[in-house]
Amino acid sequence: MIPEFGQLSLIIAFLLAVCLSIIPMAGSYNGRLVWMASARSLTAGMFVFTALAFAILTWAFYTDDFSVKYVANHSNLVLPIQYKISAVWGGHEGSLLLWILILAGWSLAVSVLSRNLPLDVLARVLSVMGMVAVGFFLFIIFTSNPFDRILPNIPHDGGDLNPLLQDFGMIIHPPMLYMGYVGFSVVFAFAIAALLSGRLDSAWARWSRPWTNSAWCFLTIGLALGSWWAYYELGWGGWWFWDPVENAAFMPWLVGTGLIHTLAMTEKRGVFKNWTLLLAIFTFSLSLLGTFLVRSGVLTSVHAFASDPTRGVFILVFLAIVVGGSLSLFALRAQEVKSTSGFDLLSREAFLLANTIIFIVTANFVLLGTLYPLIADALGIGKISVGEPWFNTFFVKLMAVVAMLMGVGAMLNWKKTDYGRIKKWQIPPLLISIWLGSFLPGVFEGSYSVGAAIAITLGSWVLLASIWDVRRKISKSATAGAGLAKLSLSYYGMIVAHIGFGVCLLGTSLNTIYSDQRDVRLTIGEPLFAAGYEYELLDVTRTRGQNFFADVGDVIVRKKGKEITRLRPQKRQYFSGGNMMTEAAIDAGFFRDIYVALGDELDNGDWAVRIHFKPVVRWIWLGAIFMALGGAIAIADKRYRVRKKVTKQVHSEGVEKATEVTEGTEDLGKVQ
Amino acid sequence: MNRFKLFIPLIIFVVLAVFLWRGLSIDPSYLPSALIDKPVPAFALPELHKPERVVTDKEFAGEPYLINVWATWCPSCRIEHPYLNKLAEQGVKIVGLNYKDEDEPARQWLTNYGDPYHTTIVDKDGRLGLDLGVYGAPETYVVDAQGIIRYKHVGVVDERVWRSKLAPLYNK
Repeated sequence: MIPEFGQLSLIIAFLLAVCLSIIPMAGSYNGRLVWMASARSLTAGMFVFTALAFAILTWAFYTDDFSVKYVANHSNLVLPIQYKISAVWGGHEGSLLLWILILAGWSLAVSVLSRNLPLDVLARVLSVMGMVAVGFFLFIIFTSNPFDRILPNIPHDGGDLNPLLQDFGMIIHPPMLYMGYVGFSVVFAFAIAALLSGRLDSAWARWSRPWTNSAWCFLTIGLALGSWWAYYELGWGGWWFWDPVENAAFMPWLVGTGLIHTLAMTEKRGVFKNWTLLLAIFTFSLSLLGTFLVRSGVLTSVHAFASDPTRGVFILVFLAIVVGGSLSLFALRAQEVKSTSGFDLLSREAFLLANTIIFIVTANFVLLGTLYPLIADALGIGKISVGEPWFNTFFVKLMAVVAMLMGVGAMLNWKKTDYGRIKKWQIPPLLISIWLGSFLPGVFEGSYSVGAAIAITLGSWVLLASIWDVRRKISKSATAGAGLAKLSLSYYGMIVAHIGFGVCLLGTSLNTIYSDQRDVRLTIGEPLFAAGYEYELLDVTRTRGQNFFADVGDVIVRKKGKEITRLRPQKRQYFSGGNMMTEAAIDAGFFRDIYVALGDELDNGDWAVRIHFKPVVRWIWLGAIFMALGGAIAIADKRYRVRKKVTKQVHSEGVEKATEVTEGTEDLGKVQ
Repeated sequence: MNRFKLFIPLIIFVVLAVFLWRGLSIDPSYLPSALIDKPVPAFALPELHKPERVVTDKEFAGEPYLINVWATWCPSCRIEHPYLNKLAEQGVKIVGLNYKDEDEPARQWLTNYGDPYHTTIVDKDGRLGLDLGVYGAPETYVVDAQGIIRYKHVGVVDERVWRSKLAPLYNK
């Protein structure tokens, strides 16, 4: 009976979402406060019933209820408990339920944390999120019900969760990624609400900024986790593959990065309002497009779920309604939202705009590359895909330009800059980074790499320009401490995130250039030299895990005769059958990783072993952590806290309406 | 004009949606067999180890061979590489097609992992790949003694694939 309750609560949540998408929206037009105020309780109800459905599905996994088809397909009796729980989102139906739960969660967060929003804005925002939820509820209920039963012949044991997914990464990567993906629905809803009301002022930007920043932080962490997981789990030592599904998650990040920057300008200067609206729509549309690509089977990918044409048709129709509808609304209403001030070529606005455009261009290239097989096929050109070199070529160049402009732009003033005064703060970091760039590649082993020289110059330019900017800012204060205390949290957020970008840039490029990987044959007891290290395979033993057998190699790594580490790479055969899984063993370090994966046993008892030397690979994820941390610091800025007088007026209906007086003095942009 | 500008995103989306709609009725894993039972397309491309030498389709006639499409940017190619080495040891003639790749890393790759190829052709701009209908790397074609393509396998070649699909045609 319990799974049926799960289905019932899904249906109740769906009905509440329908009400949420209609009543508060209608209320915002006819001015009925009760209708508008219902948004909060409807949102809470939607969340509670979705959470209940999710809890019931989790319970079905926990109790091994194989009468539920989804459980039978994705779990079995011997699966360790933590993977039984994470198997809830290990397949299409359950991950969709997680999607909806997170959407309901963000809606609830908006309704709880936005007490100071004008009621009509809140009503519209929540209504729009309700509309998105309606689409997804219909999708799950009609095409992908996770509570479908196998009756009357209940299997005694389930299939298995794909062994690749039986990993710590699976527990946290999807929820984080979805938090990011789905979180952009909030700024999307804010944008639609603004288009409907024609009211897009700096207060609007201030309300949507923390939401956008937090979604962006989650997505950044989600992507980094995915990359880290691929790195240690797939056994290839690669951390990015330009796989269609990776791209699907990366595109919202690229456009979202543009969005957080135009939002900043819209808030502070009242410019680029149309850009902001458009990017808000694009970011969320790309999240939806990602859902379409992953779940419809139009592209081949390692991540794709079992495809089903009806699902594809459904999401495409939904995508057409949401994206087509919002872009039509944009086309019809956007001109009413005008920017109110101009700026010079040498201003922070100009540089930010340039970088935003580069991010959009990059996202478009990624989109084109991802959809190219599909487009070529539809046009009858043939079955062609573009492959990694194509992506790398444009991506590296575009990001190099971003890095150059970033260092200059962050130091400029809003509106207009007297370059003579900035120059003395930009020349030293520029010279130092050029010096580092030309000097350091000569220190490393091997031939001098021009690519590394450029990468180090650009990376250190981003880092040093940020540091010099802080020095410039505090130079007017009496002491460094006093100067640092005066700077706002959002400024610190920017500096930290930009430093993260620089670290990530250094990590990705230097790792690509200096990685050393080779497949070697190791004879037990015979050391082998590779890339300055000595590897010795002591023995290979067979062990048993909870649901697999494994061959475990015991490898000593030495440098100049001194033991550095002992690595134990595994090759696993899961009881449920399927392919051999490689569990690489990694000795992680700040400057390098040593990565050893066990291959096949060769005819004479030797083992094929894959050895990677990965310089600064950790910097890639460290950079991502810094970027996300920067975003989080910016959210904590007191500007977004309730530092405003709230006057409460009690209306005849008994509903409180909060009229707020925000601190508008720092906004140069006119409030319309 | 200004008004029209605002419709551009919508128009782009509509075009995109049409393609996505078409995409739904196309199976991405289905591959055209247009070239099956047709001769290998004519080509004249440089050799990887001696770039000044031009290799043409004529010089392989007379005995059956495999064309293996590979690249250093393709992780799956590394998976199948040891097995190709094994096949080459057994005397199977494999012609490598280094697809959209850089020469130096490709040579380095063959030095590191072993060179199973009778000849390695460099198809830098993917022209021959386009003629062959290459979808991605790795791909392996079985060509008979008359230079007719008999089979195309997409993905990694391993013992199972060789035994069940390629060997029967190769040995015929």
